[in-house]
Amino acid sequence: MSTMREILVDSAARLFGDLCTNEVHARAEKGARQSELWEQLDASGLPQATVSEARGGAGADPGDALAVIREMGAACLPAPLAETMLAELLLAAAGLPPRSGPLTVGPVLKGEKLSLARRGKEWEISGTLHRVPWARHAHALVVVTQVDGEWATAVVERPAITEPGMNYANEPRDNVQFKALRLPQDAVAVGGGCLTAARLIALGALFRSVAMAGAMKSVFNMTLRYAQEREQFGRTIGKFQSIQHQIAILASQLSAASAAADTVIAAAANGEASFEIAAAKTRIGEAAGIAAGIAHQVHAAMGFTYEHPLHRSTRRLWSWRDEFGSEAEWSAWIGGVVAQLGAKGLWPFLTSAQKTIPA
Amino acid sequence: MSTPSFSFAPIELPESASRLRTEVREFLAAEQKAGNFTPGAAGWSRVDPEFSRHLGARGWLGMTWPKKYGGHERTALERYVVIEELLVAGAPMRGHWAADRQLGPLLLEFGSEEQRQRYLPEIAAGRCLVAIGLSEPDSGSDLAAIRTKATKVDGGWRVEGRKIWTSLAHRAQVTSLFVRTEPKGENRHAGVSRFLVDMSSPGITVRPIINMTGEHDFNEVIFDDLFVPDDMVVGAVGGAWSQMGKDLAYERSAPDRWLACHDLLLQTIDRVGPKPDIAQSEALGRLVAHLWTLQNMSLSIAGMLEAGANPNVEASIVKDLGTRYDQEIPQIARTLVPEHMRGDPAHQRFEESLRHNLLFAPAVTIRGGTTEILRNTIARALGLR
Repeated sequence: MSTMREILVDSAARLFGDLCTNEVHARAEKGARQSELWEQLDASGLPQATVSEARGGAGADPGDALAVIREMGAACLPAPLAETMLAELLLAAAGLPPRSGPLTVGPVLKGEKLSLARRGKEWEISGTLHRVPWARHAHALVVVTQVDGEWATAVVERPAITEPGMNYANEPRDNVQFKALRLPQDAVAVGGGCLTAARLIALGALFRSVAMAGAMKSVFNMTLRYAQEREQFGRTIGKFQSIQHQIAILASQLSAASAAADTVIAAAANGEASFEIAAAKTRIGEAAGIAAGIAHQVHAAMGFTYEHPLHRSTRRLWSWRDEFGSEAEWSAWIGGVVAQLGAKGLWPFLTSAQKTIPA
Repeated sequence: MSTPSFSFAPIELPESASRLRTEVREFLAAEQKAGNFTPGAAGWSRVDPEFSRHLGARGWLGMTWPKKYGGHERTALERYVVIEELLVAGAPMRGHWAADRQLGPLLLEFGSEEQRQRYLPEIAAGRCLVAIGLSEPDSGSDLAAIRTKATKVDGGWRVEGRKIWTSLAHRAQVTSLFVRTEPKGENRHAGVSRFLVDMSSPGITVRPIINMTGEHDFNEVIFDDLFVPDDMVVGAVGGAWSQMGKDLAYERSAPDRWLACHDLLLQTIDRVGPKPDIAQSEALGRLVAHLWTLQNMSLSIAGMLEAGANPNVEASIVKDLGTRYDQEIPQIARTLVPEHMRGDPAHQRFEESLRHNLLFAPAVTIRGGTTEILRNTIARALGLR
């Protein structure tokens, strides 16, 4: 890690630690708007981490933004930080001006589509999006959709929520509906570098993968500490070999997730990293399930209470491993690529720096 | 032991290492064309002294060692890339494996000048097959429990005892032998020495132990009044335990730890073909995601070793994850290609691989440190033991 990134990560971790008080978590779990939390985040400049210098930002490299997201995952920060960064990636690719957050993106579900059409000088958008992250708090929702066979990006101000929802961690996942909603001319860009819906889902998978690696680190730390403190049968439970081996497995899964996160962060800083994103979401998602299971078993009844903070991390792991494609979906995608490569093509593909996905 | 960081920093391979990949691939294609090796179900885990000599001639053994000992003064990352390519291709590596990876580095660090000059050039030329004599009937994971003992005599040592599970002792020129030179005391790790044993010496009986796949790989080796001269003791008498440092990291993190069943993964991909169903896609895609992760972890550890660190715990983690991944491959292959899809002579290669790897898989989580010992090592590093 570069020294600059280390400084950024340290300061982000400290800020998130300060911001994530029990009160903040309690309010977040009820789905309440947290203007103060966002103002403090905004003041730190972190939500603008993906805004390039040319677009008036600090010009952080994508690896730096992802390193911050890892800390967000570790802290269980209840705010649309990843979504705001993703929205900027869509806006920048489309050549639309940057926006102040909080922002969110859609569609986040595979196969969901919107219809967008010209109406004179304006645009009209229709359709329903499900499980849009943090939509109820977003100042704007940035969507991707097709217009006459070309990909387009559109900005919808203060999207109307038809049905509020949440993931297992009570993070807002809201349904949004547009009924022939008029958008001004400058809220839409068509063609050019506009990202596709598939690319948005891949980027979402990238951000969730890295966030999971962060959350797993916290799960591991809590579990190790608990095993060293909790006494039964006259000694700490960490002295029992069965517990030691469970924690060793947890450490190994965390290691695999960390390695996958580090590798995908490096790959994403240098290219599309489609394969690496798929492999990371698959591997980290699997590790997340194993890690959460072991953590709860070691914490036993204590970790099953609402009072103990373990569930903040484990409920996020269970949510994030499903969002933007589960291990099942991404491994099937990799399987399709591998079938095209064949046995002979697999290793040359894995060892090439820029991996060209076969058609 | 330092607390593990769980950080596996990605390695960007130097240009020289990437060029080497291409060179190794070209070499292997030529060797295959010349009929010098054929990929098979057992993958890299086969002995072919002729092939080992070819590798020696190419400068791919003893790669990181000084030139004066027949080495090539390449970097650890360059060596990593070469062995990874050879292992992935299923080239026969066992003929030089223990010599190049374990005995060579041990002699470089602790051996006498005479021992280095005698053995290192032979190993680097691919002419020295080495067996490692550790386990005994009453000493498996508990290595300090060994009973093979050496008694001091004029000019050397007299060895009495018995080793088992000694791979390739029946073909080895040299055995690197772990012996007790002092009775076991309070410090169980003291009083153990490392001897180099010339396998043509009188007083050695090698008896085959046929393994459950029907193959003769390991042996029982009996030492009855074997004489080992003083100049064949490696390093200090009684100092063998402290010599086991970095070599464990090399041994446990290397790509062989997740490439034992690689041939079966490749055969399954081919057998399933270009139009997999959803279950096949998911299962093969998942295995490849694991393979990608493990490769990056091993490569990262190679980078740590190159930088002079001692990533012992990280290496134990890679061995635990890698061997369990390897063990999954036959279990998955058998469900993706059920029995009614077998028996066609056109797919004989897949079936040979399934049979070999299914029967062989139990060994991978035992040899070179059992899963249980690895997890103890990890737990100790976390302060739990």
